[in-house]
Amino acid sequence: MNDTTLQNFQTQQDSSTASEGAVRGPYSEAPTPDKGQPVTRNESVEENLSVRVRDLSLWYGEHQALDDISIDIFANTVTALIGPSGCGKSTFLRCLNRMNDLISSVSIKGLVEMDGRDVNARGMDEVALRRRVGMVFQKPNPFPKSIYENVAYAPRMHDMVSRKADQDELVERALRDAGLWNEVKDKLYEPGTSLSGGQQQRLCIARAIAVRPDVILMDEPTSALDPISTATIEDLMDKLKQDFTIVTVTHNMQQAARVADYTAFFHLGEMIEYNATKQMFANPHTKKAEDYITGRYG
Amino acid sequence: MSQSFEEISAQLKKRHRRSARMKWMTMGALILSAAFLVVFISDMVVRGWPAFQQAQIQVEVSYDEQSQKLPLAAVDEDVRPLISRGFFRPLPRKMESNPALMGTTQTQWVIADSRVDQYLKGNEDRLRPADKETLQALVEEGRAELKFNTTFFTTGDSKMPELAGIASAAIGTVMTMLVTMAVCFPIGVMTAVYLEEFAPDNKLTQIIEININNLAAVPSILFGLLGLAIYISFFGVPRSSPLVGGLTLALMTLPVIIISTRAALRSVPDSIRHAAFGVGCSRWQVVRDHVLPVSLPGILTGSIIGLAQAMGETAPLIIVGMVAFIPDASISITNASTVMPAQIFTWASEPNSAFAEKTAGGILVLLAVLIFLNALAVWLRNKFERRW
Repeated sequence: MNDTTLQNFQTQQDSSTASEGAVRGPYSEAPTPDKGQPVTRNESVEENLSVRVRDLSLWYGEHQALDDISIDIFANTVTALIGPSGCGKSTFLRCLNRMNDLISSVSIKGLVEMDGRDVNARGMDEVALRRRVGMVFQKPNPFPKSIYENVAYAPRMHDMVSRKADQDELVERALRDAGLWNEVKDKLYEPGTSLSGGQQQRLCIARAIAVRPDVILMDEPTSALDPISTATIEDLMDKLKQDFTIVTVTHNMQQAARVADYTAFFHLGEMIEYNATKQMFANPHTKKAEDYITGRYG
Repeated sequence: MSQSFEEISAQLKKRHRRSARMKWMTMGALILSAAFLVVFISDMVVRGWPAFQQAQIQVEVSYDEQSQKLPLAAVDEDVRPLISRGFFRPLPRKMESNPALMGTTQTQWVIADSRVDQYLKGNEDRLRPADKETLQALVEEGRAELKFNTTFFTTGDSKMPELAGIASAAIGTVMTMLVTMAVCFPIGVMTAVYLEEFAPDNKLTQIIEININNLAAVPSILFGLLGLAIYISFFGVPRSSPLVGGLTLALMTLPVIIISTRAALRSVPDSIRHAAFGVGCSRWQVVRDHVLPVSLPGILTGSIIGLAQAMGETAPLIIVGMVAFIPDASISITNASTVMPAQIFTWASEPNSAFAEKTAGGILVLLAVLIFLNALAVWLRNKFERRW
């Protein structure tokens, strides 16, 4: 972010309530200032709503893991979810592409809306949803297939390509976008698992972006990686936000400060504060967020 | 005050002694079982090896009018008792189908009688003194010797030991195993895939799981009774046929395949499933494209071992009538047939030493097939094993 946008933050900080009126979509009720719509909007950049979450609660059996989460995620931004372990940030992330469906004891209440449709609605196919909301996991998990096949598999499955030449092109583009092409172009048919950890994670990113989703969810994508690979992936996230909306979970507050445009702080299943990252780290509104960010607990 | 090294060493001596004793005891157990195996296999080889050899005699066979009427007349009177009756019987038919033979005399090696065979192998002496002299003369001329026994591998069972072979039983085994595999591989793998990948984890599936595990421990003869009651009495499947045998063995092998397939599916890390779900695979695509290819070596290994187990099974097949005297091999799955272990069982109950030799020979063939199948399982596992 450049200096002008930084000034924007400063000015908006004084009139934070002004942004409340900017809620879009069919739901008219405005979120509370600290939740949902962030207190500070970055108005200088044209930002569209990508995912809208209202009053989302989730239970694992009897245990409530998420409590009334409301948040707006804006297109072409990086949104970081931070908070201590077990606070529900990964659970929340998996609500966005319904990966929680795989756990039989989960029950969900509330709205997760994308493109004007409730993703939990009866008519919504989770396969279609995951086609538009890709995911990168904590541990690199390439398919036990060749590098080429890792990237080409999903587009072919979704009938995005029919000719071999198109497929080759798509694979090259995805690998280039993931910043991996130069390292693997000579060994496309070697197993994906032969790469280093950082390369494997970029291969997983290439696999996710190959189907051109709208949103990419990253669940602590760098926690299993060394600092150099981490920096590469952070740079990549910064580049990818031109084309995709990125929601990332991180344990590492410095990482959130480095890559995220918006940051949401979770604590014990509740979203305590959601704000522009600079604002969140410079001047948190809530005591809990301040204590966490300043390292008083975590 | 901490202990000195001397004090600690004094205690340690006893512990070290105990662990050394345990090491020798466990090693002893291994040596004992290895010794049993060596004794068993070498005994089988020593007893079974003669079955792969058969005494043959070189004689002049005259194909003429007289021998067509009375086949025994085809050879000299003094060697007649030395030659297998199995050689004489088909002679008239052979001449009929091949008229060019008529009126010729040919020198050929023919199968000797089992008494000659046993005498030359030094097992039994049931020859008359005169015949023994004739035989001695023939051996000295090089016209009577032990040759490789091709008959054993090309014919079915016979009441004449020199003509009895394992071929029809082997073909019966192949047909039975084909039926077993065709039935229990797809059903077993699909059941396991459903239970592991699709089924909700509730009371019902748990009960099913426990019962499948129990089925694997049911004595095999009970499956034979089940096969008799269901397939033969109820569905009217022909008795003694590879079809009924294969279906019965399928009942027995099914739990083995289900359990091993489930274990193979469970060993696929969930991260692969998550990755596949994450790119928008349906459940079936996750299974077909990602889980099954990775677990295939485990599934194949389990299935081959289940198959090998079924191949050595006799008890349930006795119940459905597959212990039969089958002289001619048939590749139909509805004709009466027998299998290798049942053939071994039949030969084992014959009193005479020539059949005892066949029994051991049959066991060697069965063992060779089983070792081959197990080696195939190991090879498949290594070939398809992937790392992730």
